[in-house]
Formats: sequence, C-alpha cells, structure tokens
Amino acid sequence: MPRAVADGGRVIACDLQAETFGVRPGMGLAAAWAFAPQLCVWPYNQAAERAALEGIAAWMCQFTPRVSLQPPQGVLAETEGSLRLFRGAAALLERIRDGIDQMGFSAISAAAPTARAAWWLAGAGREVLVPDRAALEAALAALPVAVACDGPDALGLLRDIGVTTIGELRGLPREGVARRFGQALLDGLEQALGNAPEPRDFFMPPARFDAQLELPGEVTHAAGVLFAARRLLVQLEGLLAARQAGVRRFLLVLLHREARPSALEIGLASPGRETERFVQLLRERLAVHALVEPVEAIRIEARDFVPLHGRTVDLFGGAQSGGEEGWARLIERLRARLGGAAVHGLGLHPEHRPERAWRPLAPGERPPPGGGSTGARPLWLLEPPRRLKEKKGVPHDGGPLELLAGPERIESGWWDGGEIARDYFIARAPSAALLWVYRERGTAGAWYLHGVFA
Amino acid sequence: MKTSLADILSQRSVWRGGALAPEPGRTVPTGFAALDRELPGAGWPRGALTEILGRREGVGELQLVLPALAALSASGRRVVWLAPPHLPYAPALAAAGIDLEHLSVVHAPGRRDALWAAEQVLRGGGCHALLAWFHDIRYAELRRLAVAAETGRGVFVALFRPAQAAHEASPACLRIAFEPAQEGLAVHILKRRGALLAKPLGIKIERPVHAVGGTSFSTPCARGPVARPCPA
Repeated sequence: MPRAVADGGRVIACDLQAETFGVRPGMGLAAAWAFAPQLCVWPYNQAAERAALEGIAAWMCQFTPRVSLQPPQGVLAETEGSLRLFRGAAALLERIRDGIDQMGFSAISAAAPTARAAWWLAGAGREVLVPDRAALEAALAALPVAVACDGPDALGLLRDIGVTTIGELRGLPREGVARRFGQALLDGLEQALGNAPEPRDFFMPPARFDAQLELPGEVTHAAGVLFAARRLLVQLEGLLAARQAGVRRFLLVLLHREARPSALEIGLASPGRETERFVQLLRERLAVHALVEPVEAIRIEARDFVPLHGRTVDLFGGAQSGGEEGWARLIERLRARLGGAAVHGLGLHPEHRPERAWRPLAPGERPPPGGGSTGARPLWLLEPPRRLKEKKGVPHDGGPLELLAGPERIESGWWDGGEIARDYFIARAPSAALLWVYRERGTAGAWYLHGVFA
Repeated sequence: MKTSLADILSQRSVWRGGALAPEPGRTVPTGFAALDRELPGAGWPRGALTEILGRREGVGELQLVLPALAALSASGRRVVWLAPPHLPYAPALAAAGIDLEHLSVVHAPGRRDALWAAEQVLRGGGCHALLAWFHDIRYAELRRLAVAAETGRGVFVALFRPAQAAHEASPACLRIAFEPAQEGLAVHILKRRGALLAKPLGIKIERPVHAVGGTSFSTPCARGPVARPCPA
C-alpha cells in the first residue's frame, strides 16, 4: 500500500511505492489521491520527527562526540578525529549508512571537509565523499543554487539571470550578489568552502533511552514485534556506545488499541549493549508472552546506564575468555524464557528449621560461608512436607515405615510466627528407600515426609 | 611378508570384543573404584549422554554422581541441576563436599522448556556437568541432546530416567540401571562402549544409617517400628 505524510493538505513525504504512482512531495492531497486512490495518508507529527532525528543523532554519537542537529531532517557529524579508529572516511560512511538502514530510516549521506558542504551535497541528493579541500570547489560548483539559498524570491531571481549552479553563482560579482541577495548567501558560500568558520551547537546524547515506534499495521505475532524492536535496539546500542555505558535491564512496552499497554522487562546478567544479545533475549521472552491484542506501537525504555567500556582485545587478538561470559549469557537466556526465579544457586542459612536452613541465591551471588554440622540431612527436600497416613501409630508410605534413627528434635521459630516443634526420624520404606520423616509434637501428632535420602 | 597377530591387534582399526574403548582425558572419575574399572576411560564420559535409570528414589541414586560433582565443583567447574523432582537440599550437598558456589538449579515447568534449557546449557558453554530429570523423552529429543552434548565442551551429562526406559532405544553412550542392594546399590551397566557386562556391580555408598537388619546406630531410643516419645 502506498503511503504518504501530509500537512495542511499537502504531501510532504511519500514512499517509493507512492512515487511510482506519480505522487510527489509538495503535491496537494486531492491530486495525490487522484494518482493513487489507495494512498494511505498520515498526518505530519513534528514531535515524532524531532524524536526520530534526536534518536539518530544519539546513535551517531558513538562515532564522534561532535554531532549537530540540522532540523528538520539533517544530522551533521564531525568525524575528522575518528577516521583512524573507523578505518577511513569511506568505511565510516558505509557503517553509518548501514546503521541508519538497520534503524529503519532512509537517508542520503555525504561527506566533505566542511559541514555546510556536506549538508549541501546531501541536500542535492549527491551521495559522495569529497576527500579534501582541493576537490571541494569542483564538487560544490556543480550543485544547484537551490541548496544554498532559501526563499523562492531569490531563487526565482537567480533563475531569471541564468544562474543555476553554485559555480555560476560564485562567478557573479560579490558586491552585486551581496546587495541583491543579502550577505548571508555569500557567508554561506565561504563557510561551505572552508574560508570562514561555522560554529555549531553540539548535540548531547541523553542519559536515558525512550523511543517509540509506530508499526505500519497492527501486528499479531511476536516475530513482527521483534523485527520492529530490533530497529529501536540498534538505536539503543548506538546511544550506549556513545555514552560508553551498558544497561542491566530494559523495558519493552507493547501498545494496543484497546487493552492497557503490556510491559516486558528484560534483565541481563551483566551490563551489555549489543543489539544481537538484546534481540536474542527478547526473542525468548516474546516466545512465552501471549499477545492480548494486536500491537499498534512499541516503545523501548532503558535507564540506569552503568559504565561499560568497549571490549578490549587481548595482546594476541583473542576474544575474551569464553567461560565466564558464556555462562552469564546462558543464565540470562534461561531467565528470559523460564522466568527470573527459575534459575538460582543454593546457599546455606544459619537456621535450625530445615526448610529455612537454605536459601536461593541470585546468579552470581556468592554463598555465605557454611553453617555448622547437623544431623544427617537428605539430598531431596520436599516442599511443602507431605502428610503421611498413620495406622496403629506407624507412619505409612506405600507400606509401614520402619524407623531406623531418631528422634532429632527441632523446636524453633516461636519468635517469628513460623514456630515448629518436630521429632525427625530416618525411616525405611518397604521399597528400601530411606526417608526423612517427622512427627509433629503434640497430642495427636501427625506424620509428615520431609525429605528423601537419594 | 608375515604380520604377527599382535601387530594387527595393535592397530587402532581393530577392535576386540572384550576391550573398552579408550577415552583418555574425556572422562570424570566416578569416585567408585569398582565402577571406574568397568567404564571406558575409567569414569563418567564427557561430551556424551549418560543415562541413570532407576525404579524408585531414595535408595542412594544421587550418591552415584556426588563424588564426581564434588570433585568438579571443588576445581571451580559449574554444575547445573535441571528440572529436579524435589528441591536439592543445600545442607546435605555441602555435607557431601560440594562447593555450592558452583552449583545452579534450573526449574523448568514443562517438558519442552526442560528440553530447551538442556540444549541451551549444553551449547552455551561455561557449564561442566548437567544433571537433568526427564519423565518421558522421545528418541529424537535424546538424539538432539546427544548432538548438543558433543558440541558442548566436554560436559558430563547425566539424565535420570525411570527404569522402564531401559527397554527403549537410546543414543546415550552409557546407560546404567541401579537397584537397592545390601550395603548400597547394585549397578547394571546396560550399555557402554565396550563389551557387555553380565553381572551387576556392587557399589558401596554412604547411607545415613546402617540399614542392615534395621538396626539403628545413632539413637537406640527409636528401635522398633514405633517411635516412643522421648522425654522432652
């Protein structure tokens, strides 16, 4: 379906499919619908445009700290200092184009020795890389004057005197140009050529990430959500790289038409920022999440950035030691799918009540040093204890149990409401299994099975 | 040219029925000399499946693997207990010499989740022993796990399954069945890389009481079938 964005009855942007029907930016909506009756039109949303631009700028900050916004649709970056790190201007430009594509945007990118020249080249649709000042003049000379001067009056006047390119404009006498078109036009030319400095405000990448993406249509399956989320996660990675930070968790919010938004929290075992890692975790999480309703838009939120420096390669170029990192990733994947409580370590807890003599440990948490020695304890603990039948005072579990050792009396916990008073025995079942059973102290003490000596 | 029989036999291409496949460095000693003697490579195989089949729990089946787990965890190797039927009890594990720092428990509610988790653990790296409990698992799924175990870096995989599984085909390279016996367990090696073993092995394992004859050694107070209440 062809799509376009319109503001005040005019098309201001359209996709390739709409262009094949003959729709063009600047065209009236009525004319556009005449060309393409099925054209799907969105109202122009300035805030969303600004947010997208800032998202791209934040992502760009991973390549250089000197990124500047050129609203409404431009981002400029000074990459001189980063060329060596990213192996040259051509490789860097390629990487930027690739990233913008992955974020789901399309852009025209150009590189030149001055910011203004690069902006003009991109504005004229020239995807070129001008290597030095010597080549700059020739590259600019061929550009249409429209990139340099705004205002239809000046443009009309220039056209009337037969000036269509920057080169021709430079050929005119300076005083006359300044008088007719204003000093600003000449200043712009000098800045583009690098003869005059052009101070710019630099963009500061924000300390948190919050980006929303409207889906082109309602999505009913997890794969579609994942595809869209990936675009935002690429953006997140760029921002995190720019801030030399990582996150321990992030939030995916699914926005529906009717139902309340559903939020999925993804936790990481160790701070990270790699898109692929995020996507993998999200895939596992989405696999077990049932979509209550079709999804209209998604939002990804991440805050609490923690410092995380780029991975350093060791002296011989090897990757980091696989074991620990691989283990952390494994835990993180298991938790993403099975739930946070499904994976835990075991620790001792100084406590007499058997069910409280241990506690689950979060992954990575070191167990406290061990408690004192106790009587024999079973390897399996039943939680909760299972009530046993009793016949003639003898506990039964598939037959009468034979008490072999005991009792070990455990009475504790009167102070916190979890009071127990039990006599524990080691018992043998007819099946030869050794069981850990107890009888509640009291008049009609019932028998319970609490553990198995496996 | 005359070739002696010994020359032929010394070639790796000839396998003699009575011999065990040598697997140097690819095993974990079980801690039971009698069992080590009968296992190829003198220990639990790594990078392959081991099945431990038993009819009932509570007869000391976990004791079979505990010495190996204790040795692994003591040297800083990670051990994962996947989908255990009950809660592994930390005080007993610590008493058995297992370093709890290197032990993780993974609960998987469904069969599919458990299989997925097992494969993730085997392929993920960073884990050196996996104990998993499966009630029913199909041949194709076992096969998948076996492949994952081979790609994993030398993980000792012990699958605990019910005794009925002994009649099903399995890609595991070692299958043993146990049953209670005097002084411990009788272990049948159903399958190994090598000749069949007809006779069950008697393995002496640690029990909390000397169960022979039903005599209690810790407290004489509870002798007999009925526990007399002790004076408080």
